[in-house]
Amino acid sequence: MYKYDNYDQQMVDARVEEFRDQARRRLEGKLTEDQFKPLRLMNGLYLQLHAYMLRVAIPYGTLNSEQMIALGDIADKYDRGYGHFTTRQNLQYNWIKLEDAADILADLAKVEMHAIQTSGNCIRNISSDHFAGAAHDELVDPRPYAELLRQWSSFHPEFTYLPRKFKIAVIAAEKDRAAMRLHDIGIQIVKNDAKDGGSEIGARFFVGGGMGRTPMVAPMIRDFVPLDQLITYAEACLRVYNRYGRRDNKYKARIKILVHELGKDEYTRQVEEEFAHLLKQGVEPPREELERIKPYFSDPAFEDGPKSVDRSDPDFAVWVDRNTHRHKHDSYVSAVISLKPVGGIPGDATGEQMRLMARLAKQYSFDELRIMHTQNVVLPHVKIGDLHALWTELEAAGLGSPNMDTIEDMIACPGLDYCSLANARSIPLAQRISERFDASGKTSKLGELKLKISGCINACGHHHAGHIGILGVDRKGVENYQLSLGGSEAEDVSLAKITGPGFTEDGVIEAVDTVTNVYLANKQGEERFLDTYRRIGMEPFKEALYG
Amino acid sequence: MRVLTGNDLKTGDVVWWTGETWSRHVDEAVDAGERAEEILAAEEAARRVNVPYVIEATREEDGSVRPAHIKDRIRALGPTVRPDLTLKPKDPEAIDWVI
Amino acid sequence: MDNPLGTSPDDVQFRFRDDEVADHGTVTVDACCEQTNATAVRIEPGDDARVLLPHLDRIALVEVNFPTFGDGRGYSAARILREEGYTGELRAVGDVGIDQLSHMRRCGFDAFAPDTPLDEEDAKRAFATWENVYQHAVDTRGGARRTIPELRHE
Ligand code: HEM
Ligand code: SF4
Repeated sequence: MYKYDNYDQQMVDARVEEFRDQARRRLEGKLTEDQFKPLRLMNGLYLQLHAYMLRVAIPYGTLNSEQMIALGDIADKYDRGYGHFTTRQNLQYNWIKLEDAADILADLAKVEMHAIQTSGNCIRNISSDHFAGAAHDELVDPRPYAELLRQWSSFHPEFTYLPRKFKIAVIAAEKDRAAMRLHDIGIQIVKNDAKDGGSEIGARFFVGGGMGRTPMVAPMIRDFVPLDQLITYAEACLRVYNRYGRRDNKYKARIKILVHELGKDEYTRQVEEEFAHLLKQGVEPPREELERIKPYFSDPAFEDGPKSVDRSDPDFAVWVDRNTHRHKHDSYVSAVISLKPVGGIPGDATGEQMRLMARLAKQYSFDELRIMHTQNVVLPHVKIGDLHALWTELEAAGLGSPNMDTIEDMIACPGLDYCSLANARSIPLAQRISERFDASGKTSKLGELKLKISGCINACGHHHAGHIGILGVDRKGVENYQLSLGGSEAEDVSLAKITGPGFTEDGVIEAVDTVTNVYLANKQGEERFLDTYRRIGMEPFKEALYG
Repeated sequence: MRVLTGNDLKTGDVVWWTGETWSRHVDEAVDAGERAEEILAAEEAARRVNVPYVIEATREEDGSVRPAHIKDRIRALGPTVRPDLTLKPKDPEAIDWVI
Repeated sequence: MDNPLGTSPDDVQFRFRDDEVADHGTVTVDACCEQTNATAVRIEPGDDARVLLPHLDRIALVEVNFPTFGDGRGYSAARILREEGYTGELRAVGDVGIDQLSHMRRCGFDAFAPDTPLDEEDAKRAFATWENVYQHAVDTRGGARRTIPELRHE
């Protein structure tokens, strides 16, 4: 894992002091709320429905047990004993006092963490594949590149007042586990055939994806950027956006709109022109910097051990089948800790659970944890021989739900229970759906089925990318829900389509059940819900829903 | 009635204008009527409350105050999915009041 | 002088240059390209700074206007001018607050004329925000300042 050196620490410490000063000026009345708001947002501090909310960055979703313990302790000391893991691989606290905010940032800085650029119209936390460095199918570990980008984007003087927020994801496998093409910039690390017959690693750039009210899949604008030009190319992409992204309408200000309005080819042309100019400016960090970062992510000392588990306990066997992911070392797996207990709040974890997960990471996973964009936690390197012991502890703590990628593993944004922008509540839907499918035993029959729920059109819950998506809308002051089908955030990326008129809360739960029945009735062979939908189209579902 | 609400500057708590000060309990809210905007401006300047605004509400027969919009009822009570963290953790019917 | 456009030397609160303060009629970008004798120009957020490139050698003052601090186009304009070798005064004017100063300075601004004068102490602290910096900008040009990645490999 990356370790701060003195420079990194100094930057974060300086920011804590800067924010302490800003908060003081606000409390003393030297700053109005209008002036203070962008400053607190740059430090991840929102004003939400019930209190201030603090969003803590977990760069590319990787953290160690000491950091996880600190997050748990902060939940207990300054919040009400819990936190919420988000689709952006961040953690949100819901009950923060402005008076405490600088102290919390100072506590975070002690464990090399921060809330820098987790909000505001700047480059946000860089996200990545949650199985990075562990997955069997990756080309290289994407995180050194993400770290290089993290440093470049931190306090970038030119790109702090962009037209709108800016999200970057980096992956290095053909399988996309980070919704890469639904980001403002998606980077895939790839290998190409170099002229001399060898091969070379570089970066493929996709620009202009996003969700929100106008969802778009990012087109590829460059299939190969040499690694010693990575930052320069990103800088060119950003500069064209900063200069020409729309600022007249915040709903049209994301880079996806610029790319769409200019057309991919014209945007690309402008980027290439700016890139050619920037190459002469020497803005790329020295190549040795990447080489310095890489060893922090090198493999821990894997040992050979058992390659399979004793499946005599059926509950354990189900969990192993569902919640583990193939590792590049055949004596290990990555284990997913589900934060989706039946009837629970997706993504919430108590301080105590965070400390438990930290201890398990120390004991079983070389001290490392990951946050998934599906709001779960991963122990990336678990010995197959240790799985039963790990599972036993998780079960006892209520963290052993065997439901990864099933309908019960839904994503849900905070919705109207916490979020001031919401139209409708998301969490109660998630709770009721998981209870219903668990009780009917249908979950396992349905297999992989990604349900995603957002409480408003901002789409924090990725509903556009759900095999089944639910969007909360406000119908004359009453909560109402739109259903959509056929989205995917993975390598087979697509945007979901709305089925038709919306539903009440009870109605939409019924509707989810109905569409799953259509799937089961039409399924051929090993088809997933998404595959069946793609084959038979919307009509049979519509017929069953509204017929 | 026209009720004033906002979040406490220091703590972020949801608060309601009682005629003299700000309370965490919506039932203590008063009708600010015509003076709403004037009070908002003065209170914003006094830096006790963050981005205060006016909402519509009704006073019920039992004297309680019911904000017209579900969002403000959730603000008044707390998250419906965590009854233990609401202002009425022991009242099982509190959530029904929101919806 | 009756000049509705542009700030006067008196409006400049912070300046990091030793030369004489330019005090001439400031014109729009369009006018500057047409009038071959204009020496001071004001860039609005929507203007393309690059159209000034053929005229840089006669320009002594570029004002970049920030009608609202959240409109960050002026940061790119400033950096582009410096990258193209502009050495005259680059003045940030308009809604310029304490918390923008350090970034503006890094993008090449060397004079500041905020609409509302800023607290001198707060500003001094703001200009000194970054002991070190991660990425290249105008302040690191020609090795004038080493970035953190460079310092790590000296
Ligand atoms: C509770 C406070 C939150 C607020 C005020 C908020 C606000 C917003 C807004 C305004 C947008 C739309 C941006 C646009 O399209 O221009 C958005 C998008 C998004 N937010 Fe949130 N959000 C919140 C919580 C969350 C949470 C909890 C998550 C993760 C679960 C999240 C992840 C995202 C994602 C993934 C998107 C859409 C992707 C994109 O197009 O960028 N947000 N959010
Ligand atoms: S989707 Fe809407 S309701 Fe949900 S968290 Fe985002 S802004 Fe809030």
